[in-house]
Amino acid sequence: MKYAARRILALFITMILVSFLAFAAFHIISGDPARAILGMNATEKQLEMMRHELGLDKPFLVQYFNWLLGFFSGNLGISYSYRQPVASLIIPKLKVTLVMVLISFVIIVILSLPLGLRAAQKSGSRFEWLRTTINQLCMAVPAFFLSILVSYVFGIILKVFTPGDFPKMERDLFGAIRYLFFAAVCIAIPRIAMAVRMLKSTLIEEMEKDYVRTAISRGNDRVEVLKKHVMKNSLVPTITFLGQTMAEIVGGSIVVEQVFGIPGMGRFLVASISNRDYPVVEALVVILAFWVILSGTVADLINQKIDPRLKLGGRA
Amino acid sequence: MLEVRDLHVKFHNRDREAVAGVSFTLKDGEILGLVGESGSGKSVTAMSIAGLLPRKKCDYRGDVLVDGEDMLHANRALLRKVQGNKIGVVFQEPMSAMDPLMKVGKQVEEVLEIHTDLSPEERKKRAIQALEDVELPDPEEVYNKYPHELSGGMLQRSMIAAAIVARPSLLLLDEPTTALDVTIQAQILELLKKLNKKHGMSMLFISHNLNVVRKLCKRVAVMQRGVIVEEGSTKKVFFHPQHPYTQHLIECIPARVKVIARKHAEEEAEEAGQMQPAEGGQTVSADSGNAASADSGQTGGDRNG
Ligand SMILES: Nc1ncnc2c1ncn2[C@@H]1O[C@H](COP(=O)(O)OP(=O)(O)OP(=O)(O)O)[C@@H](O)[C@H]1O
Ligand SMILES: [Mg+2]
Repeated sequence: MKYAARRILALFITMILVSFLAFAAFHIISGDPARAILGMNATEKQLEMMRHELGLDKPFLVQYFNWLLGFFSGNLGISYSYRQPVASLIIPKLKVTLVMVLISFVIIVILSLPLGLRAAQKSGSRFEWLRTTINQLCMAVPAFFLSILVSYVFGIILKVFTPGDFPKMERDLFGAIRYLFFAAVCIAIPRIAMAVRMLKSTLIEEMEKDYVRTAISRGNDRVEVLKKHVMKNSLVPTITFLGQTMAEIVGGSIVVEQVFGIPGMGRFLVASISNRDYPVVEALVVILAFWVILSGTVADLINQKIDPRLKLGGRA
Repeated sequence: MLEVRDLHVKFHNRDREAVAGVSFTLKDGEILGLVGESGSGKSVTAMSIAGLLPRKKCDYRGDVLVDGEDMLHANRALLRKVQGNKIGVVFQEPMSAMDPLMKVGKQVEEVLEIHTDLSPEERKKRAIQALEDVELPDPEEVYNKYPHELSGGMLQRSMIAAAIVARPSLLLLDEPTTALDVTIQAQILELLKKLNKKHGMSMLFISHNLNVVRKLCKRVAVMQRGVIVEEGSTKKVFFHPQHPYTQHLIECIPARVKVIARKHAEEEAEEAGQMQPAEGGQTVSADSGNAASADSGQTGGDRNG
């Protein structure tokens, strides 16, 4: 319990640090937001008023604390380009991306665990070269290419969904999920290939350990050893990997959203960067960082439940 | 009990046979020492007996009979019945030989789970009894510990408990004390001697240290490059080695230890009213022999510690 509290405190402190860096960075590069909003023809008086409205006339640290407090109350500032609260702009997009990422994660877990087990069992068999080749192909194929391929085959030829016409989640939840499913598959495929490779080598490595020989000397057969000992011992690296996966598929979603035309966070981030809409970018960066750190922390907390040695905070 | 006849094992990725024609027998209730330097084939011999050879990676021939059953060529179903049940194995490194994520007690119980249909409560009782048998101070507490929470000596005791919990008739000990410090080593040897007496368990004790073997075993076989070069009563081998390799092994033991060993052997012989050990101690009766070796083991432990 103490360990969990420590980890959550660490998460909190890291987030404060990240938010400060993000705020400071965008404060420096954004130049004069009032000018950006009002354009070149604005008078000095109009600019003054706008700066006051945005709170830009206050000292830097005060600005930061106001922004930070706003984060906790759901007030993420005002978008420069939309002149609307950032929160109301990004929440629907976050939902879309979150659903897609979760679908993707479920696909990864469901497929890579049995495939990894099988790859480990079949290691050294005649068709291993074929498995390895397919695996490497899946790992190497760029996400945008995969997205185009899937859109073309399932969207244009098979017409299972209409590329570019994403149904609103509120109106047609099932349609939206079906649309997101194809995008999620594109995010999942390279990651599944990686997971299978990781699982295979972890399982094979564990099978070579001394405790396996001990277990066999007690009368277990290999399947029993796998079930009783090896799987649990392979779980820690697997959970760590899944934690990283949780973080990385959000990154993968950016490209896939572009190709599929999904109004998610990734696409919004790219658009906001090119519009220099810094309040939006700031908020998204902090949310992304939070997601990445949260994934790692959750994985660590689960692992610490599995492996009592990790409670000491030492050896893995 | 155990009979090994002309055992050959050759790994595919090696030029030389790891075991090149080993034969020996082990009688009921006997402790046989197997000594030899690193790589001489001791472990491979033990693995062949326990049915743990990686069969796909080696060629093997000969006979390994445990109570008349051939372990070398046995199928998986037969091996499964014998492993843990009739043969217990203790390995060198207790820390890596245990599953780090399973409580010690559960690992001790595992054998019972496989080979008996005892209820979980009954299994737990037996496991705690076994932990007590190996003289662990607080068996119930040890039962609930993870391997990393125990010291090397306690772990090795737990490993022995796991190996004996199903009361196997044969215990294979592959350098069980090598990873431990000298004091703990002496304690474990003492424990093994007691267990041997109490349960009449036959033991094959493997070590590269002839002096350790001397404290535990009445009979010893010396292995070099896959063959047994000398075999006989420990005293005879220790004090009158015939083979140059055995002589070399004995030369490696510090002179001080040898002087003390000889003194003890003489005292022992006098006490037991036997002949001088120089003339060979093979004919000592089981009882006095055990008592005598227990004594020398005790003093040996003190001296080393
Ligand atoms: N799995 C294996 N694959 C290939 N060669 C092996 C394997 N196991 C053992 N050997 C070889 O067999 C020979 C005998 O090894 P063994 O482990 O029996 O020696 P040992 O007498 O037990 O030595 P130690 O005191 O180091 O334990 C060595 O040359 C070793 O390299
Ligand atoms: Mg060995």
